[in-house]
Amino acid sequence: MSGHDHSHESENLPPLEGAGGPALENLVLEEAIRELLIEKEVIEAREVERLLEVLQTRRPALGARLVTRIWTDPDFRKLALENGKAAAELELGINLVEAPEIIFLENTPKRHHLVVCTLCSCYPTYIMGPSPTWYRSKAFRARVVKEPRAVLAEFNTDLPEDVEIRVVDSTAEVRYLVVPVRPGGSEGMNREALARLVNRDSMIGAALADSP
Amino acid sequence: MEGRYQVGERVVVRSDTPKGYCRTPFYLRGRPGVVTGQLGPFLDPEKMGYGLPGLPKRFLYTVRFGQSGLWSDYDGPAGDTLIADIFEHWLDPGE
Repeated sequence: MSGHDHSHESENLPPLEGAGGPALENLVLEEAIRELLIEKEVIEAREVERLLEVLQTRRPALGARLVTRIWTDPDFRKLALENGKAAAELELGINLVEAPEIIFLENTPKRHHLVVCTLCSCYPTYIMGPSPTWYRSKAFRARVVKEPRAVLAEFNTDLPEDVEIRVVDSTAEVRYLVVPVRPGGSEGMNREALARLVNRDSMIGAALADSP
Repeated sequence: MEGRYQVGERVVVRSDTPKGYCRTPFYLRGRPGVVTGQLGPFLDPEKMGYGLPGLPKRFLYTVRFGQSGLWSDYDGPAGDTLIADIFEHWLDPGE
């Protein structure tokens, strides 16, 4: 990182991702808007960097910690279902004052939640870090509200017809984190071992937790 | 601030098409649903999107829709559902 210079050269741009990654023009647009906001003193460069530093410490492993505690601690589960943000702050020891509300969606053998944001790409970034590229893709966002079972099948997640699929369109002020069903055969495992079963996609509802 | 609609109440999403920024997806407009949660009052993002203070606050609900009520050609089981968060000024009483 070359510090705080306001160079308009493009050499600081991050490398392009695959076909689903951000288009070059979007990266240029982001840089232009960010630098304008800094020049107009709406934001400070170090605010942006501070936020990016915070977000880089957030990752799916933190979500997995919350899931395993919900699985194993009935009092914590009750708190999490009543006040998601308070539960996350308690378990993770992080400050979520600036974060949107968090609601945990508990999957059961009869109901499977699957989260999307059709309007943009809202995601519990403050806990999980940046969302996966496919989550932000227009194809996923458009299709999942209309043919959720076909989309789930593409993630190798096939659910029987008697399981209600509940798509959750994260349209406003709340971020949703799915608590997958605790897999069979995981009885007696400690939280550290359980956490390895909680993959990122299972906390979006695109997948199930892994089997031990 | 109290919500006008209670949990369990039937509602219909307004089928307005206002110009500009809003938080109600097109595919839900005009569709009937049931309130499943009262999320409380929030600053109005449809105003904040234009740099305004977002007042008055708007009451936000979680609303559940049956998939077969959203898409006439939905080919999954009748029990499949969708929930979304909808602000009160986008809801009318249902039947």
